[in-house]
Amino acid sequence: MSESDVTRDGIRGARPGRDAQVGKGMGDGRRRGRKGGKGRGGEQSVVPRAEFTSYYGRPVLNPPTWSSLDIAGYFFLGGLAGAGSVLAAGAELTGRPAMARALKVSSIAALAGSTAALVHDLGRPGRFANMLRVFKPTSPMSVGSWLLAAYGPMAGAAAASDLAGRLPRTGRAATVGAALLGPAVASYTAVLAADTAVPAWHDGYRELPFLFVGSAAMAAGGMALLTSPVAENAPARGVALLGTAVETAAVKAMERRLGVVAETYREGRAGKLMRAAEALSVAGALGGALLGRRGRPAAALGGAALLAASACTRFGVFHAGMRSAEDPKYTVLPQRERLEARRERPEDD
Amino acid sequence: MTDTSKRSSLIGRNLLAGAEPDVAGDAGHEGHPPRVGFFTDTSVCIGCKACEVACKEWNAVPEDGLDFTGMSFDNTQGLSASTWRHVAFIEQNKPLGRAEAGVDHGDVDVLALAARGSGTPVEEAAITPTSPASPSDGGRNGLRWLMSSDVCKHCTHAACLDVCPTGALFRTEFGTVVVQDDVCNGCGYCVPACPYGVIDVRPEDGGAHKCTLCYDRLGAGQEPACAKACPTDSIQFGPLDELRERAAARVEELHRVGVADARLYGHDPEDGVGGDGAFFLLLDEPEVYGLPPDPVVTTRDLPSMWRHAGAAALSLLGGVAAVFAARAGVSGRRTGRRR
Ligand code: SF4
Ligand code: SF4
Repeated sequence: MSESDVTRDGIRGARPGRDAQVGKGMGDGRRRGRKGGKGRGGEQSVVPRAEFTSYYGRPVLNPPTWSSLDIAGYFFLGGLAGAGSVLAAGAELTGRPAMARALKVSSIAALAGSTAALVHDLGRPGRFANMLRVFKPTSPMSVGSWLLAAYGPMAGAAAASDLAGRLPRTGRAATVGAALLGPAVASYTAVLAADTAVPAWHDGYRELPFLFVGSAAMAAGGMALLTSPVAENAPARGVALLGTAVETAAVKAMERRLGVVAETYREGRAGKLMRAAEALSVAGALGGALLGRRGRPAAALGGAALLAASACTRFGVFHAGMRSAEDPKYTVLPQRERLEARRERPEDD
Repeated sequence: MTDTSKRSSLIGRNLLAGAEPDVAGDAGHEGHPPRVGFFTDTSVCIGCKACEVACKEWNAVPEDGLDFTGMSFDNTQGLSASTWRHVAFIEQNKPLGRAEAGVDHGDVDVLALAARGSGTPVEEAAITPTSPASPSDGGRNGLRWLMSSDVCKHCTHAACLDVCPTGALFRTEFGTVVVQDDVCNGCGYCVPACPYGVIDVRPEDGGAHKCTLCYDRLGAGQEPACAKACPTDSIQFGPLDELRERAAARVEELHRVGVADARLYGHDPEDGVGGDGAFFLLLDEPEVYGLPPDPVVTTRDLPSMWRHAGAAALSLLGGVAAVFAARAGVSGRRTGRRR
């Protein structure tokens, strides 16, 4: 329809029509024929803070297509596996064989579960192997896939050698190797979430890794309390307390930084989950610490509460992110504030 | 500026953020053609949706649902895996420039106008689709109707491309961003990474899809289907440098005739995504059209994210080691006493 043609040699037959004079010839700026009414010519409307415009309330971003069970489950299981490997090595090196074995088994099981969740969430699961087609440092998912490819065999060898009672040296090396990679497995998922345009995740990128490793330590400590004899569980209680403290502090710091976006962590489904996580973690960590040395039932109860708390946190973070992506308010308001701040201090960006 | 020097060397080399003059070259294309893009001048868009139709037809994009939304004339709703051009319609109670409502056209001889044929000389063409309607009572100044055809921005720093773990998304020799359908495994990471809400996964085939800037047509020396079909040249295709010049002149011209609202969006190589390959002339704030007011490529902060994650990982290792060491101390003392 357009007569102009853009070719490799430039534009042919461009019409002057593209320069149509919008609004030209329609008066000279002074209004005619308006008797009553207040003038509103030329004034720039001052938008008060916390008010924003959107396109029919529709999201600016396309929200993640991920399912909560798969991806929040992946975060949870990855944390449990990674931090569990660190605890397993600690237990083995300090002569706590029952705890070491339980955590090695739980780590490899959690890893299998998290890999299954990841594959299940792909739109084209048959092409899972394409994850290892390239190594891209700019893609946390690529880095994570390679990390799991290195960590998985070590965690597997550690568990297999322990259960079979064969090749103790290889088993020991694998246990230590898994313990060194485990923390990376537990923390990289925070980068995975933060390296998106989702405001509740991206804007919390400084605190999210600490929140995730705290939650991972909590889960692994809980698993150790749940599965190991009282005589061996002292460090598990300590790790559970430490994890709870780190996670709680990270959540608070992140909410302070997020400003209006922090609402997504306090309200709705995410709010309920985050509050449940806080209650469960404090109950589990304190209960485990105070009563966990008395007997298995109390220790197991505390451990289960800690595992549930860690899962609640991950689902809470997931739903907060979804909500912040679905409501244009959380995209537009922080960006507007940023623009205004820049306008006030134009020299630095 | 002090901030910039603190950022990683990748950013210093303009690969994660900031202005990047030669995107195709940096992606490894040697002797490549100039970077091309779109300049979408929304001030002349008439909302005909020819671009939407041409895009669907040329690229064989499947149907994306038939809805009546009540959002003015917009039943398309937004960009998605099966919608690569989307015309937004906004109805506002605002005058457009010096345009005036309530002008009496009773003395215009429409038949005489018609006899002159359809080609009204540009300088006499006063009535545009964005003209206000008659005023309602109370002196309100009637309606203006904004239309804008949205599309993938083909960012200089494209978050979708950066985060794609399979390499399915790549930078073409024209500086555009394209998905290779046979590589994409449908992980969906690109979807929340895009700061503009462009790319999406199509549930029917599980793969990610978006505008290719008609990569196939570019290869054959043709302009993209939407630009070809646009009857008002609201969508202009060409080398990006040229488009930027043309856009700057256009916005100046509009300001001169009194359209003070006119502004460019996505044209600035210094912005959060290093400038868009497809940029716009808008008549209101970006968010009115559903565009983010200050988009930033998320990977700009990736080096810092990795540093924080590294610190967190070391804390976990150190914290757990410290707990075990402390217990070893305690139990060592205890067993010592017992012995
Ligand atoms: S607009 Fe979104 S989909 Fe298009 S290149 Fe930029 S990040 Fe990718
Ligand atoms: S969905 Fe496809 S194109 Fe998008 S990031 Fe995953 S592999 Fe890449």
